[in-house]
Amino acid sequence: MKKLLREVIFSIVVLLSCVNAKAAEKEHNNNNNNEEEFNSVEMIMHHISDAHDFHFFDYTDEAGVKHAVSLPLPIILFTDNGLTCFMSCAFHHNDDGTYVVSKNGENFVKYHEKIYQLNEGASSLEFDEHHHPLNAVKPIDISITKNVFSMLLSVVLLLSLFGAAGRSARKNPGAPKGILAFLEPIVVFIREDIIIPNVGEKKHKKYIPYLVTVFFFIFFNNLLGLIPSGANLTGNIAVTLVLSVFTLLITNFSANKDYWKHIFLPPVPKALYPIMVPIEIIGILTKPFALMIRLFANITAGHIIILSLISLIFVFKSIFIAPVSVGFVLFMYTLELLVALLQAYIFTLLSALFIGQAIQEHH
Amino acid sequence: MDFGAFAAIGAGLAAIGAGIGIGNIGGSAMEAIARQPEATSKIQTNMIIAAALIEGVALFAVVVALMK
Repeated sequence: MKKLLREVIFSIVVLLSCVNAKAAEKEHNNNNNNEEEFNSVEMIMHHISDAHDFHFFDYTDEAGVKHAVSLPLPIILFTDNGLTCFMSCAFHHNDDGTYVVSKNGENFVKYHEKIYQLNEGASSLEFDEHHHPLNAVKPIDISITKNVFSMLLSVVLLLSLFGAAGRSARKNPGAPKGILAFLEPIVVFIREDIIIPNVGEKKHKKYIPYLVTVFFFIFFNNLLGLIPSGANLTGNIAVTLVLSVFTLLITNFSANKDYWKHIFLPPVPKALYPIMVPIEIIGILTKPFALMIRLFANITAGHIIILSLISLIFVFKSIFIAPVSVGFVLFMYTLELLVALLQAYIFTLLSALFIGQAIQEHH
Repeated sequence: MDFGAFAAIGAGLAAIGAGIGIGNIGGSAMEAIARQPEATSKIQTNMIIAAALIEGVALFAVVVALMK
């Protein structure tokens, strides 16, 4: 446990030193020094979407030069000439497609957190009326973005916590101690109150690993997403899509013949088959689709509400709004802590329910 | 043409529908728990499942409204 703590502190120190190095770097000069009109939609969308760096805050020094304090992340691109890697700080926080980074004889620009590879002779990104780039192509982008970093962090957290808990359970068969004392009641709750009632006593063992993993993965990532300037991983529809596809595959691959009979030969008059069978087939897909949308929309909506309440201060340009805003944000944050747990619970519960429906014996 | 206002109205209507639905579920669950306090945990689980299903439909509407 002490070792883990030391490692965590060490990595925080390393990260902070990176931040300071970044802050010392000169930011590009903002050419319109006038009061910028505050755009809340743009700010919110920037916060809930993926990015190539952890952006903490901006400040303007005495000379009027804007600095950004952020944690750069590696950009890994797969172009025609092979792999290209560089840190995202090479773009100097330019997100308008005007700052060109040259690597291996190729020129890259960043526009709205997407990397484009400029064609030869082009100096900045141009778009046609359908918003297709005229003089650039999108390389295959397998960068460690904010979301990827956050996912890897959660995986490291899960592995170290559960590894420690597992070792402690093996070493000490008595009453649970340490981190195991915290995790064991949750795992037992998932097994006793979610999996066994829904999947059934007889076959539940096979599904415990998946359902417990998905619960803790969603729960940890929801909580990591609530940390200010953290990544909004479970509010990313691609992530929730993959999670729900896992449930879809597990449900359909473990389904018994009653499940398929109910879909292709439902107990209705034969004349209704042309309507019922397509509906049942769509029904296979809507259940995981709802899982995907539910997690995505709940987490995204929570983030949007918190950011909107903060935006109110800047929309009204008044400090007297701040106490109201901050009060509401505090309330929403507490609610979001509940939602973080509740959505992990619901996802696991519904996954268990779908699996249970697919494998239950005919009676 | 700007559909932003219509999207907002749609999101509001979805919120009304979900509010009525989840309100009904919550109310019925409370009555059920008052009658049979020993079945509280079972009622709560089923209440959360039903509420999640309704919420899912409402969130479909919100996502459509967001995408305009």
